[in-house]
Amino acid sequence: MTKQNTKSRKWTPAELMVTAAAREIADGEVVFVGMRLPLLGFLLAKSTHAPDAVGVYELGIVRDTLAPEPILTMGDLPNLYRAQWLADTADAMALLQQGSVDISFIGGAQVDRFGNLNTSYIGGVENITTRLPGSGGACDLACLAKRHIIIMSHEKRRFVPRVDYITSPGYGDGGNWRQQVGLPRGGPSTVITTLGILRFDSDSREMALSSVHPGITADMVAENTGWPLHISADLSQTPEPSDEELVMLRRFDPQGYWTGRKS
Amino acid sequence: MSTSKLLTLSEAVSRFVPDGSSLTMGLSLESLIPFAAAHEIIRQRKRNLTLIGPISDILFDQIIGAGCVRNVRAAWVGNVITGSCYNFRRAIETRTLEMEDHSNLTVAMALRAGAMGVPFMPARTALGSDLFKTNANLKIINCPFSGDRLTAVAAINPDVAIVHVQRADEYGNAHVWGNLGVTRDACLASRSIIITAEEIVSPDIISRDPNRVITPGFRVSAVVHRPWGGHPSPVPGYYNRDHQAFIDYRNESKTVEGFADWQKRWVSGTESHQDYIKLLGENRIAELALKQHMMTEPVDYGY
Repeated sequence: MTKQNTKSRKWTPAELMVTAAAREIADGEVVFVGMRLPLLGFLLAKSTHAPDAVGVYELGIVRDTLAPEPILTMGDLPNLYRAQWLADTADAMALLQQGSVDISFIGGAQVDRFGNLNTSYIGGVENITTRLPGSGGACDLACLAKRHIIIMSHEKRRFVPRVDYITSPGYGDGGNWRQQVGLPRGGPSTVITTLGILRFDSDSREMALSSVHPGITADMVAENTGWPLHISADLSQTPEPSDEELVMLRRFDPQGYWTGRKS
Repeated sequence: MSTSKLLTLSEAVSRFVPDGSSLTMGLSLESLIPFAAAHEIIRQRKRNLTLIGPISDILFDQIIGAGCVRNVRAAWVGNVITGSCYNFRRAIETRTLEMEDHSNLTVAMALRAGAMGVPFMPARTALGSDLFKTNANLKIINCPFSGDRLTAVAAINPDVAIVHVQRADEYGNAHVWGNLGVTRDACLASRSIIITAEEIVSPDIISRDPNRVITPGFRVSAVVHRPWGGHPSPVPGYYNRDHQAFIDYRNESKTVEGFADWQKRWVSGTESHQDYIKLLGENRIAELALKQHMMTEPVDYGY
């Protein structure tokens, strides 16, 4: 990746990640929408290829239309305006727990090869070096959605062999661990990072590199991963955001607050 | 007729929030956060409090930074649009704060169990997670009917729920609209309830629309008139979220000294709500005002 290349690009890394996230949503799906980039991913999908997607928010909001104005966070009043349902957190969680949520998105500070996420204690409980905000709804989404997408920065200190604390379960030790611990369904399907996209093997449940972003090589991804990374046999390049997607996305984040674009 | 429960904020906190009590706040999650009440708790130098709630969005961080808190039972403590909160981080990393880790669903179920008067509620969340390591009030059980593995979430019955609302009458009947979070369960689960309200209205306005009442007034201990009592969080029907205040707070609370300055400016200097409004300034108040109104169609409660 030369500087020249990066500068001539029409999109930021965050815009590429949001676009990749949006493309994971199929039309008509029920999406449990989290904070930050996932919020933009949902809005982008809804305004492009998935107009009939429905958004569920842990605050107790269900929306089947876009908010009338750009929002920075799900609690902004435009997100309440003409919502389909304003209710309790337990109601949003009921939709999740009963199995009505198709897909959700979670960010993380630390992830391991089986997609377990830590957003609580770096260093673990016995030797806390950094305290992070905690689960919020993330543990619930990871346990109860039919599938979830992980979005995070790809760095060796974040992609570790074993997370220090499991805030949000992925596939545990791999294989059929989720069934063994009693989780009713789900698990991570995709990890979208600053370098590429990873997907999980259907037997071992370990993640493997599925595509690299433009300008990134598989070696670069492996170097930034804290375990010997499997590379998919049909490794591809992540498609760039289209002009239509970029126009829409910038409408939702006009100041570039989340996507890092200087307006 | 009942007697009026109207108190000043100072009286309400002094009477119903003794040192060592457990408080639940921030119950609508991102909106209607009772910041004015939290600031009065800080002014009165309450000590050894337990804070209970789902995410709190900088409110818990402020009370922790002021040295009022011994224990937190929450799913998330941070700043929704910027990430980590620094007083909370410092307190956990120096082992001066006890933490019981929840998810939003387990907080909701703990308060629901408390509300229902049962010892626990079952849930399918958290299985396989490490929340059990840092929360002794979650246990794995087997369902007596299906045999399924479930998470039993122990009931939480807080001493006090503090709820900011749009409007209330002086007897404690309050209207809330917007997303409700865990407010209804938290009110029912708590031994006493303090309401802070944007407006105090006649009982007639409240009783004509009983579906919108958040909890029956006979369970409420105190009603406080506090316009802008939810700022910088949004209050549906009254004002928008003050994003800049959350961004400023992130920068101002990075160090202990910075937080002390913040506290001096925004807590010590704002005893009355007139002081607070003056500090906010006319420009910001105008910026946060609703730009687009939408009134509902009246419904007929007649017989």
